[in-house]
Parts: sequence; C-alpha cells; structure tokens
Amino acid sequence: MSSNVVVIGGGAAGLAAALKASEEKCDVTLIERDSDVGGVLNQCIHNGFGLDYFKKNLTGPEFKEKLKEKVLSKSNIKIKSGAFVHSVEKDKNIVFIDRNGVNNLKCDSLVITTGAKERPFTSLGISGKRLSGIYSAGLAQKFINMMNLRPGNSALIVGSGDIGLIMARRLTLEGVKVEGVIEIMPYPGGLQRNIKLCLEDFSIPLYLSRAVKYVDGDRRVNKIITTKVDDKFNHIGGDDITFNVDTLVSSVGLVPNVKPFEFLEHSAGFSTTNKNRTSENWIFSAGNSTVVFDLVDYVAQEGEKAGYMAALQAKNDLSPAGKIKLLPGKNIGILYPSYIEKDYESKIYLRARQPMEKGVLLIPELGIEKEFEDIKPSEMIKIKVPAFDKNTDRIEVNLNELK
Amino acid sequence: MSLNEEKITCLNCPAGCRITVISDGEKIISFKGNNCPKGEKFVNDEMINPKRYILTSVYVNNGTMPLVSVKSTDTIPKDKIISLMEEIKKIKINAPVKVGDIIKENIYENINLVATRSIGLKGE
Ligand SMILES: Cc1cc2nc3c(=O)[nH]c(=O)nc-3n(C[C@H](O)[C@H](O)[C@H](O)COP(=O)(O)OP(=O)(O)OC[C@H]3O[C@@H](n4cnc5c(N)ncnc54)[C@H](O)[C@@H]3O)c2cc1C
Repeated sequence: MSSNVVVIGGGAAGLAAALKASEEKCDVTLIERDSDVGGVLNQCIHNGFGLDYFKKNLTGPEFKEKLKEKVLSKSNIKIKSGAFVHSVEKDKNIVFIDRNGVNNLKCDSLVITTGAKERPFTSLGISGKRLSGIYSAGLAQKFINMMNLRPGNSALIVGSGDIGLIMARRLTLEGVKVEGVIEIMPYPGGLQRNIKLCLEDFSIPLYLSRAVKYVDGDRRVNKIITTKVDDKFNHIGGDDITFNVDTLVSSVGLVPNVKPFEFLEHSAGFSTTNKNRTSENWIFSAGNSTVVFDLVDYVAQEGEKAGYMAALQAKNDLSPAGKIKLLPGKNIGILYPSYIEKDYESKIYLRARQPMEKGVLLIPELGIEKEFEDIKPSEMIKIKVPAFDKNTDRIEVNLNELK
Repeated sequence: MSLNEEKITCLNCPAGCRITVISDGEKIISFKGNNCPKGEKFVNDEMINPKRYILTSVYVNNGTMPLVSVKSTDTIPKDKIISLMEEIKKIKINAPVKVGDIIKENIYENINLVATRSIGLKGE
C-alpha cells in the first residue's frame, strides 16, 4: 500500500489537512482510531465553533459534519477508521493496526494531527484513597453527550478550564447537582463567556485560589475537603470547605498527544515551523498535537496549511529553508510556532502568563510593536508576520504590561 | 438626566465582544464595542428577558450511537429551559438521523429542535 500524503488523526486539523492535500492533487489516506472522524468535536455539543472558518456559529458536531462532507466528496481521499497508528519508521513507512491486523503504508509525506489528551487528576498528587467517582471532564462529557451514562448525583468540579465550565452546565441540565467549581489560580482558566453562560446562569459558585486537600469516601467519593492557597499554592489553614458530593470532575488541562512519535522534537507538543514542519523534513503537524488552541477555527486553518505544505513536500516543491528559533520572552506562557522559515508568512499565537488590562507585544527583531487590551491567559493572542529577509538566528517575543 | 454606563460581554459567540451600553436608566441610548448587530439584540434581550440556546442530546433507537446531539433553532427565554429539558429527555427517535433533521417541532413558540450530527443505522 502507498499514498502520497498520509494524515494521522481525523479531528478538525486532520480533516482540513486531508482536504487541502487532496486539492493539491495528492492521493491522501486519513487514519483515525475511532469509528468516526471528528475527534473532540463530536462531544462538544455546545455552540461557538466555526465563526471564522465557516462564518457561522455552529455546534462542534455540525462543524465536523460540514468538514466531513467536503472530505467525503473527494475521490482521492481514503478514510481508514477504526485504525490505530502504532509507529512511524524513518524510511517513510507507517505501521497501523485495524481489524485486518498489522498494515504497512508507504508515503511521501506525513501530517500528524493526533490532538491532545486530558491531564489526569492523579497527576496532581493529591492524597486520599483510590475511590470511584473521579472523572476527567472530557470523559464525563463523552459519557453524558454521546454514551448516555450519568456519572453521579452531585459533583465538585476541580479546575475552571473551558471543559470544566461547560461540564458544570451540562451536569446541571442533566440533573446532577454541581456544588461548585474550584480553581487553584487567582483567576479563572476558561473564557469569560463560559463563566457567564455555564456558572452565573445557574448560580454555581466559583472558588478561586482553592485546591483539593483530601478526597474521602468508602469505595465511592462522598466528601472532598478543599483549602485556600496562597500565590505559591501553599495551603493556608483555617478556611477549609468540605463538599459532600459523590463525584469529582477534574478539568486540569490538556496535553498534546505526541505518542508514539517521540522521535520528533517536542516540548509539550511537536515543535514545528510556520510551515508546520517538524524536525523531520517530510513530517508535518498541526492542531492540538502542537499546542492547545482555544478555537477550532485556528486548528482548521493550521491543518489546511499543514496539508498544503505536505502536498508540496510530496511533489518535491517545498524548499528546505533554514529555521529561526522563536523564543518566549517576558510574560509569555505559550508561544507557537517554535521556528520560523523566513521565506513564508507566519501566524504567531501566544498566551500571556497573567491577566493584564493593557499590554504591548514587542518583537524587536521584526520591528513589531502592537498594543492589546483586556489580556487573559485563557484567550490566545495572534499576530500575523509577513515573510522577511533579515538575517538573525533568534526572534524573541515579549509582552510588557502597560499601566 | 444622569446617564449610566455599563460593560456587558456579548455571549452570542466566542468573540465575546465587550459592549459598552449607555442608558438613561429607562432606555438604551447607545452601544459601543460590538462587532456585529447581534450584539445589540443580545444586550436588549439580556436586560429584559435573557435568552439561551438549548444544546443537548436525545435518545436514538437502533443507531450506531445511543444519542444524537441537538440544538434549538433560536434562543429561548432562560427561565423556560429547565422545564423544556424535562420534555426533551423523554424524546426517543429512530435511526438513521441526518444533521439538520427536525427532531421536534415548536418546542417553544415556532422554534424547533434539530439534529446537529448524523447517526447511521446500527449494523450498516
Ligand atoms: C470541551 C471543549 C470545548 C471546546 N469549545 C470550543 C468552542 O466553543 N469553540 C471552538 O472553536 N473550539 C472549542 N474547542 C476547541 C476545539 O474543539 C479543538 O481545539 C479542536 O477540535 C481540536 O482538533 P484537533 O484535530 O487538533 O484534535 P482532536 O479533535 O483531538 O483530534 C485528534 C484525532 O486523532 C485521533 N488519533 C490520536 N492518536 C491516534 C493514532 N495513534 N492513530 C490514529 N488516530 C489517532 C483521535 O482519535 C482524534 O480523532 C473546545 C475543545 C474542548 C475539548
């Protein structure tokens, strides 16, 4: 078996990549481990998807259906679902497992769009017994929205990221009593929109600077003891709150899925250039496997670009330009991409380390200086940079607070 | 006459425009900061009768999945949502379902409940 371009993972990024590579007249094979494509979109039944990409306010599943329909209309895209990629070999051989057993697929170029997985609650190292009734928010979301399973009767949500907030509303509407959301940071992790729509609408309290101290119960959770923390996350005594609930839903962040492709350069996610190229010239990556994006629109746009570049690579039309390191400077938490190939434009995405009323983004090497208002770590800042000619081996990005 | 200035985050879409609303205590005099006309409608509704979409799932018989995701075709007064959810939970439809299919007509006034994904017939 062979295919010009192989795409691993059929979420928004993978679907968009397959579509673009097929428009460049490449034969494409898309490999997805689930029975259907769409990835996390399938379980995100709320709206707020596609405003940029489709110019419409869609739900997650609608976004997927629209992309999938386009992909299905292309005769040069083959979808292999229920197929799990086991490994990628350096001689451009992809090994995947499906109901027929172990298969080998040769390609000219590869796009990895394996998304992100949830950080488990156990990774927080909180004391307590091994109890049932502890779920990650994404799993609880899948249970309720897709599988018709109810995780419990009453819940505390740990972590105020968007998935946690959205689950607070979902659980409430499904009749599960949500006693509150606790957040270790002094500010919420999710979008203001979700604080309003998912918590305030239902009078669900949000406790900031608060952490879980102990989870108690007999086989099943029945009590969660929480404590106030200081700005270094040390527990402060005297202000404990006990929640008598049978379910703990944790929403403590997503981590890019780099397994089983760790031979590629990565930090949290794959390190890529503005052409979505990884440390191997013929392998590209986009979407949540590179950095966790807020909006599917960005993911799909990056996916398209990765598919386009992979197609050029397959046709030997992509020059191997030198790459310049993009470095996070002052107040920058997350910065994407990791490198810039200067003969092509870039869209730089970043997150601030802390909220600011006003700040200025400075990229001295490129002469960029731009002001932003109402900066929040939960909302990515993006900025376009044209191709340039200057000789430099590093570009530093800084965010200075303006008072 | 004294004017009130208030900042409201529009919840229509993730852009989350911060709209500055100036009113004289009774009626709104001006809007600032919204990128689209939906922002004005949102603020008007929010001050008089807040409305939200219903976004949930309903049971499917004989489908490749046990549930299909659904949405209301327009926003519905917030205080009607909990009781409508009770009715929606009782709905059971048969596979196959196509995205856009009407699952229930007129769940509130002339607003329908429609499928937001397709679900195939089990075994196909
Ligand atoms: C709860 C939640 C709420 C969100 N809300 C919004 C919102 O309101 N608006 C918005 O625009 N965006 C929202 N997003 C963001 C957006 O949905 C995601 O950023 C986007 O869908 C991610 O797409 P992806 O293709 O990168 O990853 P995924 O959707 O995770 O896709 C990765 C795919 O790869 C497959 N895969 C992984 N490993 C392998 C392997 N080895 N072999 C084969 N297949 C593999 C997986 O099965 C999966 O299908 C939300 C996300 C979440 C989680």
